[in-house]
Amino acid sequence: MTGVEGFMYPNEIALQWSVLIVLYPFITGLVAGAFILASLERVFHVEAVKPTYRLALLTALSFLIVAPLPLQLHLGHPERSPEMYFTPHSTSAMAMFGYVYLWYLMAVLVFEIWLDYRRDIVVLSQATKAPLRWIYQIMTLGSNNISPRSLHIDEKVGWIVTLIGIPSAFMLHGYVGFIFGSIKANPWWSSPLMPVVFIFSAMVSGIAAVMLIYMATTKLRRQTIDMRCVDAIAMYLFYIFIIDFSLEMLDLIHRIYEADESFRSLNFLVHTRLYFPHIVIQICLGTLTPLILLFITQVVKLPEQVRKRMYVTAGSLAMVGIFAMRWNVVIGGQLFSKSFLGYTTYKMALVTREGSLVAVALTILPLFILWALVKLLPPWNSEQAQHATGD
Amino acid sequence: MNLSRRHFLVLAPAAAIAWKAVLAGTPDQAPNYTMSEHWWGMLIDIPKCIGCGNCVRACATENDVPEGYFRTWVERYHVEDEDMTNPEVISPDGGKEGFPVAKEDAGKYFFVPKMCNHCADSPCTQVCPVGATFVTPDGAVLVDQKYCLGCAYCVQACPYGCRYIHPEKKVADKCTLCYHRITKGLTTACCENCPTGARQLVDLKNPKDPIHEFLKTHSVQVLKPQMATGAKAYYNGLDGSVR
Amino acid sequence: MSAFKDAGHLFRFAGLFVLAFIIFLVVRGYVVPKSFGQYGHYRGNAITEIAARPVKFAGHETCETCHSDVLDVKSKGKHAHVNCEACHGALARHADDPSAVTPAKPDTAVLCARCHTASAAKPKGFPQVDPADHSNGVPCETCHQPHSPAITDAGGAK
Repeated sequence: MTGVEGFMYPNEIALQWSVLIVLYPFITGLVAGAFILASLERVFHVEAVKPTYRLALLTALSFLIVAPLPLQLHLGHPERSPEMYFTPHSTSAMAMFGYVYLWYLMAVLVFEIWLDYRRDIVVLSQATKAPLRWIYQIMTLGSNNISPRSLHIDEKVGWIVTLIGIPSAFMLHGYVGFIFGSIKANPWWSSPLMPVVFIFSAMVSGIAAVMLIYMATTKLRRQTIDMRCVDAIAMYLFYIFIIDFSLEMLDLIHRIYEADESFRSLNFLVHTRLYFPHIVIQICLGTLTPLILLFITQVVKLPEQVRKRMYVTAGSLAMVGIFAMRWNVVIGGQLFSKSFLGYTTYKMALVTREGSLVAVALTILPLFILWALVKLLPPWNSEQAQHATGD
Repeated sequence: MNLSRRHFLVLAPAAAIAWKAVLAGTPDQAPNYTMSEHWWGMLIDIPKCIGCGNCVRACATENDVPEGYFRTWVERYHVEDEDMTNPEVISPDGGKEGFPVAKEDAGKYFFVPKMCNHCADSPCTQVCPVGATFVTPDGAVLVDQKYCLGCAYCVQACPYGCRYIHPEKKVADKCTLCYHRITKGLTTACCENCPTGARQLVDLKNPKDPIHEFLKTHSVQVLKPQMATGAKAYYNGLDGSVR
Repeated sequence: MSAFKDAGHLFRFAGLFVLAFIIFLVVRGYVVPKSFGQYGHYRGNAITEIAARPVKFAGHETCETCHSDVLDVKSKGKHAHVNCEACHGALARHADDPSAVTPAKPDTAVLCARCHTASAAKPKGFPQVDPADHSNGVPCETCHQPHSPAITDAGGAK
């Protein structure tokens, strides 16, 4: 049998979960991470990252809108997906998806964006021409009240929403980790660390993404990059990356030490089929290299131009590394047989419904949505973010 | 915005109608067969299996199993000397056309028919997000193919590799313990066609079923007992090398 | 009440949620199948639907109601516990309408070899031969009556 080495149960030779299922946790990870960056400013009053506050929220929203698409394209019967809303099975982590997604979309992200932008929306609903005017008018929900008192209330409520949003973001991405971590049938996945690793790697990817998007959009607008902001973001990226790396190393060391029945098979897998994606891409290129780069920027005083280049490199490599991590978990977990006697290969097609072209398109789509959102709700019309701090 | 009495008079009946719609509907007639009188399992007698593949072919015929997918299959183990951790296992096309002739050597050979274990604490039904797969009151794990989304979470969760996504129907599929046969007093297609009696349907709730005596007098195991799935496919004479 | 004076927009936003929730409940009442939850978190009717699938193998008891003569021969021989359809294939359609559906006679060259070709993998006590050595290409039923395969001195059952 082509691509199969050793013995596999006959039904497990073809992979069930494709690159789209790799993409889904990557995208929700970006959402959660971008939101955490926004909350750094809103809840923890890290003033330095304020220039990215609105951009982070819009980035999160762009990716969140795209998030269900890889799942829908993967399902055998996407038209039945409302069943997850009507009859969710309480013992299934996947059943949470519908409600957690909806909660995070409406009660956290959309709510917070709406509260922060409300003044701009009301102003724009009066200043623009139809048909754009209608969109803004709908978004005002019929209320034109932008008195200082109402904005003050928005401020307070927005703070609470962000506060609730932090555990909600952990839930949005942590449950994905639990989907894998709770499967006792698969020793590569089954681990209590899985949700934690997913959350921290999500923060790495989300923060790196917002940093890169901020630097790119500022450059496109021919403005000067606020280095104090970017330096602060890079610092948080560095520390969270260390935690993420430590957790992954802990999992690895634990596995090697205990060497249970699955170890021989998994060890072989990591040394052969998974060597390039896991050791080379995820660990060396995607974790160690950006960590070293960021470490250097933290301890050595470097000129602005050099720092910018290092941040861009480190951020890009970090995102590649986090994608590779999702790949190694999802695809890697299906490459070995549950009999621990064999291995298969993943043949990623190009133009099928779950092929690489679709995956690339789904990765780029959020950027287009972000572009549209930025046009609709400019994050930088006013000099700083609308809300006052420490009020 | 004040909630006036007028608003309430409009909203209350609307809410009542909505609530009635939520509670609406009575279940259809229960099937004639009395589920509570049965608790199904399977006995697989390893020393009797000759690897003829009749069961695999019969199942494929009875249940229209698509080519390349298996509701049941047979594995052939070759264990050399004392190394139980590294058996050589083959299952050519699931054993459907039998196995190539094995030459005599120092090791031992045996056949292991595999199927859905119809677990009492099934991990696959636990993870289904919508309730499309379930354990019936009489102990069969079934898939509601009209309700299944085809997400394949159950396929991932099964420790035994017995599930697959049907290539045409795009829903989860697996051994149904020939539910459509056993509820009519027949045995499963695989048991009916096994020439040596290596596979036998058992009804654990039936006090006259020979399984009770068999379990008292033989050493019987289930596959992957450490997973605590409550598997109900009982294997007589299962070797320690079996995965 | 003055606390809510400038918070009207928040109530509107909340109102959207309440409206959506009510619509959801109504739609759910119509869409969820009536038998869902009957026995557990699944559609109760699914059990009936699965149980109603067509049967392809009639089962040896059905065969024996008509072919009791074969049963008499078979029950005395080594193939007593080999069921009819194990060799003759799925015959529920024949059992339903015997004259309309006549099953093809199995090809012994292929059929017998499946079980009885010698292999080190098979249980030692099981009767097995190397087909080439054993009969030199002569079809199995020349010497063996499949329903009672043992060859006795008295000439065996024919």
